[in-house]
This record gives sequence, C-alpha cells and structure tokens, in this order.
Amino acid sequence: MARRKTSSKSNSLSSRSVSRVPVAKTYKLYIDGKFPRSESGRYYSLRRGDTRVLANVCRGSRKDFRDAVVAARNACGAWSRSSAYLRGQILYRAAEMLEGRAGQFAAELVLQGVARRRAETEVAAAIDRLVYYAGWADKYQQVFSTVNPVSTSHFNFSVLEPTGVVAIIAPETSGLLGLVSNVAPAVAGGNTCIVLASKSLPLCAISFAEVLHASDFPAGVINVLTGLKEELIEPFASHMDVNAVVYGDADAQAARKIQELAADNIKRVILRSGVDWNSAATQSPYSISDTQETKTTWHPIGS
Amino acid sequence: MASPESKLQFDTDWKYSAAPESTDHVRIDRQYELFIGGQFVAPRARQYFETINPANEKVLARVARADRTDVDRAVAAARRAYERSWSKLKPAARGKYLYRIARMLQERAREFAAIESLDGGKPIRESRDIDVPLAAAHFFYYAGWADKLEYAFPGRRASPLGVAGQIIPWNFPLLMAAWKIAPALACGNTAVLKPAETTPLTALKLAELMRDVDLPAGVVNIVTGAGDTGAALVEHADVDKIAFTGSTEVGRQILRRLAGTGKHYTLELGGKAANIVFADAAIDQAVEGIVNGIFFNQGHVCCAGSRLLVQESVADEVIAKLKERMETLIVGDPLDKNTDIGAINSAAQLEKIEQYLRIGQAEGGEMYQSSCSLPATGYWCRPTLFSGMAQSNRVVQEEIFGPVLAIQTFRSFEEALDKANNTPYGLSGGVWTDKGAKIFKMTRALRAGVIWANTFNKFDPSAPFGGYKESGMGREGGLHGLGAYVELR
Repeated sequence: MARRKTSSKSNSLSSRSVSRVPVAKTYKLYIDGKFPRSESGRYYSLRRGDTRVLANVCRGSRKDFRDAVVAARNACGAWSRSSAYLRGQILYRAAEMLEGRAGQFAAELVLQGVARRRAETEVAAAIDRLVYYAGWADKYQQVFSTVNPVSTSHFNFSVLEPTGVVAIIAPETSGLLGLVSNVAPAVAGGNTCIVLASKSLPLCAISFAEVLHASDFPAGVINVLTGLKEELIEPFASHMDVNAVVYGDADAQAARKIQELAADNIKRVILRSGVDWNSAATQSPYSISDTQETKTTWHPIGS
Repeated sequence: MASPESKLQFDTDWKYSAAPESTDHVRIDRQYELFIGGQFVAPRARQYFETINPANEKVLARVARADRTDVDRAVAAARRAYERSWSKLKPAARGKYLYRIARMLQERAREFAAIESLDGGKPIRESRDIDVPLAAAHFFYYAGWADKLEYAFPGRRASPLGVAGQIIPWNFPLLMAAWKIAPALACGNTAVLKPAETTPLTALKLAELMRDVDLPAGVVNIVTGAGDTGAALVEHADVDKIAFTGSTEVGRQILRRLAGTGKHYTLELGGKAANIVFADAAIDQAVEGIVNGIFFNQGHVCCAGSRLLVQESVADEVIAKLKERMETLIVGDPLDKNTDIGAINSAAQLEKIEQYLRIGQAEGGEMYQSSCSLPATGYWCRPTLFSGMAQSNRVVQEEIFGPVLAIQTFRSFEEALDKANNTPYGLSGGVWTDKGAKIFKMTRALRAGVIWANTFNKFDPSAPFGGYKESGMGREGGLHGLGAYVELR
C-alpha cells in the first residue's frame, strides 16, 4: 500500500514494502500506570479490509475492569486532594505530549479508516480540548460554588467535590477526540476513571495512554481498557465501587440497560448521546459538574 | 462532671404542667378529595383511606385514594396548565404567586403547625418553630428566583422541564411539599405531588391555600394514596421529571422504572450520619448536638445523626452526660409545648424500630433507654442508645429512622474518618471540636452532602441539601436546587 513517508514510522504493520523491517507495536491495556495484556488472554483482531490485521487488540475482561476499579479507587484520594493548579498543569502537559505526537495519532486514525483531513482535524481538536479543560481545573469551582446567606449564625458554603470513580464508555465513532472529551472533564474535576475505548477505533486510545503516562498523571487516575461493549457494559454499570457511569453512544437499549444496572448503588448516569464531538460547543464546565457532588458546610460563627 | 446529688432534680421535685397547643382554630374536614385542576374532586373509584393521629390512634379524616386514572387526570391538568397558563406567564408573575403562598402560609402558620403535629406525631414545638416557618421561607426564597434564572447558570439558558411528578415522605410533610413545589414552580414547571399515605393533611391544606391565593388551576395538583399511586406517577408517560424523597430501596425501584424513559430525576434518599465528637469539643454543647441530631423529630430524619463517633478519652464522660440528658427528655403528647419527643409516625414504623432494637441487642450491643413514662395509647419509643457497636453491625450500617443512636469510639482522626465514611450512605455528618482547622480538615474529608460543625440538623432555604453515594442525587435548596427543575441549553 502506498503511504506517505511521514507516517510510515509508527504504524508498522502496514509498511512491509519498506526495506527496513519496522517494529510493530503491541497494543495493550493501561491499568494502574502499567501496560498489561488482558488477564483473560483474549483478543480481537482489528482488520483493515478483509484480511490485513492492524492489531490484535486486548479483549478486556470483567476481571481487568475490576483491577482497573481497584487502581482508580486507590488513586482517588490523592488525586482529588491534589491542587487544582497541579491537575491543570498535568492536563496541559498531556496536551503538550499529544501535540508532539500529532502526526502519529493522525496516521493511526488514517490506518483505522478515517480520512486524512478528518484525522488531522480530530487530533488538533483533541489537543485543544485538553488545553480547554486544563484551564478549567482551577476555575469551575469558582463558577459553581456558593456562599449561602443562612438565617443562623453560620458561615455556610457549598462547593463541588469529585463524585469519585467514573466509568466511561467512550463514543464508538470518535476514537481519540470522543475519548478525550469524556476523560478530560472527569479528571479535571478530581475524579479517577476507567475508560472503555471505541471497539472499531481502539488504537489511539492505547497510544493516548502512552501520552498520559508521559504527562505525570499518577498511576490509576486514568485507566484505559479495550474490548467488547456488549460484554463490558454490564460490569461498567453494575460495579458497586463505581460512583458514576458516562455513556457516549446513542444506543437506546444500551443506555436503558446502564440506567437499570446503575440503580444498584445509585450511580450517577451521564448520557452523552448524539453529541458532535468535533464541535467546540460540546465542551463546557457543565461537563465537569456532571461528575461532581455539591457539599454544603455549616461552619460556626462565634462559639 | 457534676455528681448526681449536686445537680438540680428537675424531674423529681418539679413537675411540668400540661401546656397543650389549642386546636380550636384548626379545621379538619371529615373527608378530603383529590386536588386536580384547581378543584377538589372525588377519586374515580370512590376509594378512601383513613389518616390517624399516631399519638392516640384516632381517625382524623378520610382521604381519597388516587388510582391510575386519577393520576392520569392530575397529570393532564398539570400539562394543560403548563402549556396554557404557567409557561405563558411572565417569570416575575410566577414569583408573585410564590410570594403569595409564602405570606399566606405565614398567616396560617399556627393552624398548619397544629395539623402537622396531629397527623404526623411530631412535637408542636418543632412543627411551630421549624417545619412551618421553613416551608414559608422556602417559598419566599424561590419566589425571588423566578425572574432571575439567567443569573444562575452562566453561559446557558434555563428552560423548564414541563410536568414534575413529586413524591414526598411522612417525616416533614409540609416542608417536603415546599422543597418540591417551590423550585419547580419558580423554574416554570407545573407539579403533581403525592404526599405520604400517613401524613396527607397539611398537603391538602396547602391545596386549599393554593386555591385561596388564586394560583392558576392545574399548576399544582395533589394526589393522595399509597405506593401504587406513586408508582402510577413514576410510570406516567407524560411526566417529564420525577423528584422523590424517601428510602434508598424505593429510590432504586424508581430508578429502574425510569431507565430508558428519558425522564429527568432527582432523589433524596436514606442516610446514616456520623456525629463525630473530638476530645477537644465543648462537651456539654456536643451532648446537646447529639440529642438534637438523633432525637429531633423522633429520629424520623434522613440526615439524623444516628451514629455517634466519640473520641475514646472522653467517651465515658460524653455517654454519662448523654444518658443524664436523655432522662430529662419528655416523650408524649405532640401538641404539648413541653414535649421533646412525639409519637412514632405509624404502627408499621414502630414495628420496624422495635425490630432494630432486637437486632442491636442480638448483635451484642448494650442497649440503654431513658426511664420516661409513655402514654397508654399511640405509638411511642423511648430514646435509645446502643454502645459497644462494631462497624459491621446492622444498627451501625442501616437506617433505622427512629430515636436510636449507635455509639462507637475512635482514637485518631483517621479512624474517625474511616468509620464515618464506611457506610453506603453519604447524606450528612457532624463534627464537634474547638479547633477551626480540624473542622475544615474533617468536613472536607467526609463523603457527605451536608456537614454541620458544632451544630446539627440545621436547614435553610438558601443552603443546598442532598446526598453523596446511595443517599441520592441532585440538590434541594439554594441556587443548586434550581438545577433539579431546568434544562440547560
């Protein structure tokens, strides 16, 4: 296959015509700051056309998800207590890392069948979205908090706090930008998360984990799984140590199932269906407040 | 600590004379119909149930039982009102109606307070000083928001959701009606409210009041009944939003029924709040706070401080003072102004509480009850504490919704925090210490929606209220409470 030279380095499986034998990348999961294979040993083949194997993608299991929840829960305390400034800087750092590897990500999208122009736009938008939420990290609190003029002698205020561990089922049709658009507001607000990548466009998700890994995100803050939605939606929505579940697709049946299962521990369910992830209108601080709790404190004045 | 000999023996030397609130100004009809489309109408099936006074088990009134058809009529009336009148009104005009409701509630406060105590069993002091004034304040607060919504949600335009179905519990019947109706109407929605089966009367009196202030017909509809009436409301296809306050178990069922419907929802569910007393707290003040935390409204409070976590070095002192204070609590006639603890709301609730008393003893807890006398008829429970409880005990983990306190001790800040957060609930919490920095350290780390420091069970219409974890989602009160009744575009 004829491919432009600039993009031939990373996506090596399709570059066999070049004289040097390129090193192919193994796409694995990202759990607790490490890149393990699925404990189940299962995979699914991502193919281009009928035959060409782009990658054997980990078919993450319920157990992988459970491991990721443990990692996310362990990371939750320190991350939620970290300063807003620090969270902003780390998100900004991720944008820097992604900018530096923009070519690789665009090529990876192209490899998965996205038109080149569209791929480049998507990568640029993903970088900008990270910068956008990096900037919100130390500001949304000021927009959404209140001092409440109660009638008694108390200093009364309401602030937002992260809801905890957020399970995200990333949009199927937007492999990189869709994932970034859902992960960034959750972690900007101090949550930790587990995100299930698009099944048909999973490669950028794992490469994005490498970006996160190089951006000082503490282990466990963001965990990335690949696998089949039809078998992972159930644990994502029903796990008793998950506080919120975000669903980025428009499948009404799946959304209903998620809501039913989420009832077990009163998970917050955030449905983001029918969203055009490419549009800047989809980004807002309300995407952060979706996975926040409001805490009201009555502090005494006087004795 | 004062020795028993040196303290004033109020309970033996002095007797309180009876001080009953008069009820001659109170009108309770023999029978109440449903309030639909601005009128009181009989239920289609002509079914009624009796609401009783839990303090003497006497019937107060017969109340209509709404079935699916009646709920359908109420929702249709609310939809008509939403489309034809309420959404056409200028926002400031909506606010004026709410102001009228607030003012008339103040005018008729004594009557509402007496009925609340008669129907629900709560001490008149509480319904008079807390429930009714707070309900009026809530309407007054949200009245002012009606024409200011564009300032509440930066960068977004807020529009009403449509018809709100609202289901409220029996512990604060009028106050919960106010918490539900006021923000819904302020944001431009219309409402169908279902009061609890055992306490429908003040909601029906509120319906009379809505009529008296000329609120456009159908803006607020009140359908009385039991669980099946609520289920019909939840399942109704033309309801845009469900707001529920009640148990976590029913909340789960509601969520499952709402799944896939696209309806909006907010839930205020159960709680098992920890009241944390550090050794450096003002102990006498803390004891008052513990008493208020668990015995307020017979402990029928979702945010009740039903767990006491007391630092080991002061545990003996705190528990001794607590027992002493419990001896002075007067349990009895809810209408008597001296009464501290009124009647348990219903026979079913009393049975549930007594079951937990048996569970706590079987779990090895040491049970202590005050020695007060109880009236011969009605439903009563002595103020109770369980000490020596373990974190896994059911009386520590589960919501009892009665005057029953589970006591545990702790040594370090971290131990207190771990124990406090170790339940599925996250509605409220309390911290007692003289150190401001320690207050903030604890209030920040507690996973709960409302935290009181050196106080407990305080409420204000401007202060958002609601839970973390399995205590619910969404907020009521304050600016954040508006979010439950708008769509942002």
